[in-house]
Amino acid sequence: MIINYLCLAIIDAFALWFVQQTLFDGVWFLAGTITIITVGINIIFLKRDLFPLRWLSPGLALMLLMVIFPLAYTIYTAFTNYSDVHLLTKQQAIRIIEQANYLPEGAVTYKWSAYRNPSGEYILWLTSEDEDNYIARRGDAIQEYQPGTVDVGALDEDGVPISIEDSERLSRVESVQHINELSQLEFGIPPDIIVISTLDKAASFQQKYHYDSDLDIVRDDETGVIYEPIEGTFTSADSGTIRPSYRVPIGWDNFLRLYRSPALQGPLIRVFLWTIAFALLAVLTTFVLGLFLSLIFNDPLLPVQIRKLIRSFLLIPYAIPFFLSVLTWRGMLNPHVGVVNRILETTISASPPWLSDPWWAKGAVLLVNLWLGFPYMMLITTGALQSIPHEIYDAAQVDGANTWNRFWRITLPLLLVSVGPLLVFSFAFNFNNFNVIYLLNNGGPPMPETPSPVGHTDILISYSFRLAFEGGRGGDYGYAAAISIIIFLVLSAITLYQFRFARYWEEVSENV
Amino acid sequence: MSNGSTLANLFSSITLRRRMKYVLYIIIALVAITFAIFPVLWVLSASFDPLNSLATQKLIPDNASLKNYTDLLSDPINPYLKWWWNSLKISTITSILVVLVTVLGSYAFSRFRFIGRQSLLITILLVQVFPNTLAVVAIFLIIQQIGQYIPSLGLNSHGGLILVYLGGALGGNVWLMKGFFDSIPRELDESAMIDGASHWQAFRNVILPLAQPMIVVIGILTFIGTYGDVIIARVLIKSAEQYTLAIGLWMFIEGWYTVKWGAFAAGALMAAAPVLVLFYLLQDLIVSGLTAGAVKG
Repeated sequence: MIINYLCLAIIDAFALWFVQQTLFDGVWFLAGTITIITVGINIIFLKRDLFPLRWLSPGLALMLLMVIFPLAYTIYTAFTNYSDVHLLTKQQAIRIIEQANYLPEGAVTYKWSAYRNPSGEYILWLTSEDEDNYIARRGDAIQEYQPGTVDVGALDEDGVPISIEDSERLSRVESVQHINELSQLEFGIPPDIIVISTLDKAASFQQKYHYDSDLDIVRDDETGVIYEPIEGTFTSADSGTIRPSYRVPIGWDNFLRLYRSPALQGPLIRVFLWTIAFALLAVLTTFVLGLFLSLIFNDPLLPVQIRKLIRSFLLIPYAIPFFLSVLTWRGMLNPHVGVVNRILETTISASPPWLSDPWWAKGAVLLVNLWLGFPYMMLITTGALQSIPHEIYDAAQVDGANTWNRFWRITLPLLLVSVGPLLVFSFAFNFNNFNVIYLLNNGGPPMPETPSPVGHTDILISYSFRLAFEGGRGGDYGYAAAISIIIFLVLSAITLYQFRFARYWEEVSENV
Repeated sequence: MSNGSTLANLFSSITLRRRMKYVLYIIIALVAITFAIFPVLWVLSASFDPLNSLATQKLIPDNASLKNYTDLLSDPINPYLKWWWNSLKISTITSILVVLVTVLGSYAFSRFRFIGRQSLLITILLVQVFPNTLAVVAIFLIIQQIGQYIPSLGLNSHGGLILVYLGGALGGNVWLMKGFFDSIPRELDESAMIDGASHWQAFRNVILPLAQPMIVVIGILTFIGTYGDVIIARVLIKSAEQYTLAIGLWMFIEGWYTVKWGAFAAGALMAAAPVLVLFYLLQDLIVSGLTAGAVKG
């Protein structure tokens, strides 16, 4: 019991720390999710009558964090301008913006000497015009030098020490060598920042931008210009902007972009149609071949041992990790030197452009998918065939049905009843069959003159992937998420169909 | 005797048809097997072909040697063994944790009756329809955000990758496992509890030992699934040192087919080996698990 409470306390303390950090940066959704999970765990463990849920809590917490939250966050992202340009939260962006400094006119200047310790960190010794001495470190407040407070070495004729603590003074020559590096560094902490401006002079810089949270504007203290937030970028009246930008909701813009721009719409419609065609054909081809083979090797004509042996061989494609097979096929289908075309060349002197022609590439994807997928179909149809009672066939034979009729009128309908739900799942799986599409041909061959990279064999999931993680415009996460939502809708429709019309629901309820 | 000869005719024509059918089946089997194993044979041959070239490879290589294997394992830019170890580590940790989460959850679903039990079970099934590949953009962003505070769960970390894989722990597995638990008579654990055992003790000492076969199946299916993941690992892992085998081999061969083919083949065979062994050792169990409704993915 004590251990329970101890664990709970540790989880709570950790969550508290995490939520505090995320709230400070304005990462609201992550903070919210962690809060919900932590509160949930606390309720479950503190209320005695909820004890069955204790057993489920690890799984539920993981599912919330890594499945449900990402799905919800996909939807949110689709309505934002989240991208590599708009990567930060507003809080994070403002914090970076406020770090910028400028040298005001008539600023206080100092003569400086630099010191370096064995690990390469620098310290400055500053002498003001009034002959006051200061010691400036990085990330630490500037302190006025009082003899005896800091361990400094002997002073030279100008009153400058030859060392400070373990740091040795840089000679004039060394200072010249390192001036570029040194002038990049900021000493002290805001608002008192010292930056080296010339070989003889260091000056006190001031913070350039101030964020005014009441007015929600950024003011440039150097020029007096006011910047207002417009779609995640602080922008002045004459369209000047401050980097970095940040992510904000932009309503339906991502979807409107899809709707309005023919350059985006054209590829998307083609990708969408091909996704459906691919998923349908992938299920159909694998099912037909799988069923054909399982019908043949279910026939008692061949001895059982031989049938088992054949089946073991035919299962090989299924037992190899898909990524290896697809990468191998990519080599074998190489139009010039791949083994497939070398065989075709010598036998029928044809060498189809497997990966470079839009139609042949589609064929190649389906061929490879057939190789990958038929063993699974063979497995599930074998199981289903064996469960069809033999009496039905006997009765049909008495009624004079021939082989053809028996297949179309008995075997197939009965088979579809039992493997139907699996076929729908298989459709949903192929709808998102990223591996075959992307590993075989990167979705290629590329369509010409599209605003973002997209190919003739790209399906929605690979298109979305490429928008987010590939290509010239840089990660366009908002737009990629908008594409994911289309997939989401299609899959939801399939699921609804599955539950409504395939009477899967009842079957599930019975099992509960 | 006309009667007898027609009978003999009939008989012989049936055996003839049967024989033709037999031959036809064998031909179909040979064609299908060739289709199924040709890529495997081709890779096997490529891995022993010291010429290391896609263009000149023959099915039986001249001067077969282990050159590709030694070249691959001593390649300083592509730490193959490191990838192999990474994959093994990530997949093993993931499957152990998935099994843990699954048995705990399934026990609750099987042995307790509580409000929301049915809707939870159905939710778990529904969520399965939306694979985490679908939310890969959001997953990338979330892991990036988490990594700002906890780098060991962020981008380019194995911790973050495992965390994502664990999201699906409470999935179809729970259905399989719950079904299995349901088939264990309740009297067994109830009698243990009458003897003074707590739920936890009954679970650990009575149920778990009995559920061992199913635990093995779920563990291995998870291992194979994790081992073969491409998209999540590709998005989250950035540096060659951290690659899994899937990403490592992919990046290794991408754009270099004509010159690295042999070494890739050697790497692919060594990568496939653990999974092939697991698969054929447990073929029957896996097949029965699959036909129970789990789609490989």
